[in-house]
Amino acid sequence: MNLISVTSPHTTGPSRTQRVMAQVLLATLPGLAVLCGLFGWGSLINVVWACAAALACEAAVLRLRGKPVGFHLADGSALVTAVLLALAIPPTAPWWLTLVGVGFAIIFAKQLYGGLGMNPFNPAMAGYVLLLISFPVDMTRWLPPFEAPDLATSLQLFLGRDHGIDALTGATPLDSLRTWAGDAAALAAQPALHGTFAGLGWEWVNLAFLAGGLWLLWRRVITWHIPAALLGALALCALPFWLHDSARFASPLFHLFSGAAMFGAFFIATDPVSAATSRTGRLIYAALIGVLIWVIRSFGGYPDAMAFAVLLLNLAAPTIDYYTQPRSYGHSKPKRGIGG
Amino acid sequence: MSLLSRLLPRRRFDFHGGIHPPERKALSNGTPIRPGPMPAQLILPLTMHIGAPARPLVQVGDRVLKGEKIAEASGPVSVPVHAPSSGVISAIEPRPIQHPSGLDAPCIVLDTDGEDRWTALHPHPDFRAIPRPELLALIREAGIAGLGGAGFPTAIKLNLRDNQRIEQLILNAVECEPYITADDRLMRERAPALIRGIEILRYLVQPAETIVAIEDNKPEAIAAMRAAAEGTGIRIMTVPTKYPSGGEKQLIRLVTGKEVRSGGIPAEIGVVCQNIGTAYAVERAVVHGEPLIRRITTLTGEAFTQPGNVETLIGTPVQALLEAGGVTQPHRGRLIMGGPMMGFSIDHPMSPVVKTSNCIIAAPLTELPEPAPEQSCIRCGACADVCPAELLPQQLYWYSKAGEFDRARHYNLLDCIECGACSYVCPSNIPLVQYYRYAKAELRKQAAEHQKADRARERFEARTARIEKEKAEKEARRQARLAANRVKQAPDAAAPPAQADLKKAVNDASAAYKTAVKAAKEAEASGADNAVALRAEAERLKAHADALKANLRDAKAAGPAAPAHDDGLPALKKAVADASAAYKAAVKAMKDVEAGGDGDIDALRADTERLKAEADRLKAALRDAKAAAPAVVAAPVQEDPVAALKKAVADASSAYKAAVKAAKEAEASGDGDLDALRAEAERLKPTGSKPNCVTPRRRPRPHHHQPHRQPPRLRPPAMTRSKNATSA
Ligand code: SF4
Ligand code: SF4
Repeated sequence: MNLISVTSPHTTGPSRTQRVMAQVLLATLPGLAVLCGLFGWGSLINVVWACAAALACEAAVLRLRGKPVGFHLADGSALVTAVLLALAIPPTAPWWLTLVGVGFAIIFAKQLYGGLGMNPFNPAMAGYVLLLISFPVDMTRWLPPFEAPDLATSLQLFLGRDHGIDALTGATPLDSLRTWAGDAAALAAQPALHGTFAGLGWEWVNLAFLAGGLWLLWRRVITWHIPAALLGALALCALPFWLHDSARFASPLFHLFSGAAMFGAFFIATDPVSAATSRTGRLIYAALIGVLIWVIRSFGGYPDAMAFAVLLLNLAAPTIDYYTQPRSYGHSKPKRGIGG
Repeated sequence: MSLLSRLLPRRRFDFHGGIHPPERKALSNGTPIRPGPMPAQLILPLTMHIGAPARPLVQVGDRVLKGEKIAEASGPVSVPVHAPSSGVISAIEPRPIQHPSGLDAPCIVLDTDGEDRWTALHPHPDFRAIPRPELLALIREAGIAGLGGAGFPTAIKLNLRDNQRIEQLILNAVECEPYITADDRLMRERAPALIRGIEILRYLVQPAETIVAIEDNKPEAIAAMRAAAEGTGIRIMTVPTKYPSGGEKQLIRLVTGKEVRSGGIPAEIGVVCQNIGTAYAVERAVVHGEPLIRRITTLTGEAFTQPGNVETLIGTPVQALLEAGGVTQPHRGRLIMGGPMMGFSIDHPMSPVVKTSNCIIAAPLTELPEPAPEQSCIRCGACADVCPAELLPQQLYWYSKAGEFDRARHYNLLDCIECGACSYVCPSNIPLVQYYRYAKAELRKQAAEHQKADRARERFEARTARIEKEKAEKEARRQARLAANRVKQAPDAAAPPAQADLKKAVNDASAAYKTAVKAAKEAEASGADNAVALRAEAERLKAHADALKANLRDAKAAGPAAPAHDDGLPALKKAVADASAAYKAAVKAMKDVEAGGDGDIDALRADTERLKAEADRLKAALRDAKAAAPAVVAAPVQEDPVAALKKAVADASSAYKAAVKAAKEAEASGDGDLDALRAEAERLKPTGSKPNCVTPRRRPRPHHHQPHRQPPRLRPPAMTRSKNATSA
């Protein structure tokens, strides 16, 4: 006899971390495709470069920490971080920008906290915020949609030869809104604000990420709680102000389909490691992100707010967990705190 | 049940979470139950049930008949063991059995003679003619312990208090674990006998309604049971297929919408839950007089060429069943007793089938592969989504892994039913249940140690109390005698002995002062939080010693002229000295305990405090006595109030001790009345009789629900972080 002796259960479900990660990566493809369609090859180049950089950083740190490199690389989490960060960076970004962001995300925001599962902050957003604060100009140089530069130009930009880049860049819908808010006539004159149903071009980006997100929902990789609460809170905040003063405040629809709204709701805020734990906790967590996004977009100094909002709520997640433990079977009320 | 609720359509209830693993029941449910093999040797563990092991009634070499009792119940929570076939007892010794510990357990080994000759049986076809207590005894004597779950003695579950009203008797025929089909086949083939068994249970429990719960993936069994239950009032209820709907607590919720209190039993909420296989065993035992010597066991898994259900003799080695099921090759892979979700690995193929063995799975690695290596928890929450006990499994995991068992308990670890749903869904292949078992075992160990310490403390207290009582009695007698003498020869009483007594008291007091100073110094040095109290105590003792010295001086000055001055005092003084000594001993004990860092410090401190109060009181009495000294003849009268006082103090302190004990027990069992009990204990705590006396303050217990200022991020400590992940 050659028996294996393990304790129950003796069987496990099909869910695997690698598979979860792979599905997340797959779900970003529509968004990536639309980004490339609108803004050229920059995003794809970013993604590929970021993946390579992330794997290298992760492997290096794992080796330093004396961990089995192949085993941990195989979980795919580094790739997810890299792809999400690369999608958030403008397609005009030079190579070093991506490298700095990814390096920080993997080495500082993830591995130094103990690796996968231990990081209190979403690594991709930590990297993004670092870049946004350190290189605000490079990080806000978006191209006007539907005027995608050719591959050669994109490569030039990637290599950091930015001659004439400023001639290429254009304001995003959120930029335009922030600049001209309150001036109805000027707002009406901004082409970026008048797409088919929301901001020009960005509506399609958001739609694509929404499609990917819905697929993740359908595959049960994520649950509805975070996206629904985030988008719901964002729309709910926007609605009364827009009704009150539409020359100053954007419509809920515009908010939902601008900037990183869908991307953030389905791909960033749903990162389980840095989110709250219980279902109630996640609803609260995501709703607060939604509120913060609206507040920062409407009153803050940055055109978009996903990264800040997510990081702030990452910080609050333990407190949310503290107050939202479920009531266990056979107990009359939920417990509070962490005991001990 | 009211008429209204009968008329209204039944509400369907559900429990949180649950999973849908592949059922794989078709492997074994297609063929009728067949008789099991007759092995050459039957191995009968003395503990096939929860509770005390049975006590062997036979000796090696004895010849026994089938159905003969070979081991008797050894306590209220215990059941006997019977010979499953005729033969000779060949050994009574530890043998390998299926047990998570992997240890051998005492077994009676029976070499069968192949004749399978029955002992005389006593059937009771008309069970209603038997009074209930006798029927319960009959069930217990038949060796019946829950056939579906952990093997709790059935008679105990059926033995209700007189005033206990049972609303629902639930027969658990859910069989929610994948692979297992024993109950399914049993219901399909023997429904009438099952209904008879259920009628017996009904007669015993007298429920308002009787419900047989069957998962809806067994249509044939449902049909058979419906037909057999026709006209009996027994309701056959289908429940949706979902694991673990057959867990007792989950099933009760599913059927009644009620929840069993954490740490409670179903009878509290008017529910009795029995496995359907148990109902069958009860029917065999009562109607046919046949003890529990065989059961239906599913043989399944792809390694079996002839899977199916066998009615196997209890004690049959698994190896014999493997052969009976056509596993001829040496089996490689998994060998499991029970289902794939909650069953146990069988390490030794000669382990026997016991009363709770409902399934043997022999699965090659292609079917149930080796567990994948453990990865990091990504906090995905999938485990919490499926947990039927509504726990947060990932938090339990962090804390169990980090060794923070109290925190795990705060997160209701003890409510985990080890169903394995969380491990099943965990994408990172974390063997969560394994961590919980480990943590639970650690908590049990802690509780046991705690109990041991409690017992030691109780012994110490009892001894102290006894010594004190003896002393007090002796003292009372002595005083009575002395007083009597004194009344007789008052004029002759000489001063010197009195002065000697006083001198001794002074010496004692100074010594006590010195000890106290020393103790206070030590406490201060070690930063103990009672240092201040000890210092104050020392000061007080010094004052006392000074007072005594002054007394001595006075006495000397008064000289022989005041012989009456010391009447009755020596005895009291001695009592004072004794009390101080007891106090000192207690302080020392307290110190020792404190040094050892043990948890019983509070009790000891209370004890010490009480002793000190006693000493103070005696001292006060002494002073009073001194003040009253001129009234010589009054001395004997004074004794009475002292004795009464003493008794009152003793009573109060024993009440206090009882309260403390109750609080401790409540604490250990996690009962909700803890605060009330503590308050009661506080109320009963004897207080110093002198308002100005300094008593060592009770150190406040660490408060369990104190919110931490730090954000409670749920990270294991650095230690576990660094050796994270692989289980290679
Ligand atoms: S223990 Fe497993 S299922 Fe639970 S949160 Fe962690 S990775 Fe997810
Ligand atoms: S094993 Fe325990 S923690 Fe895991 S799902 Fe079952 S009850 Fe919940």
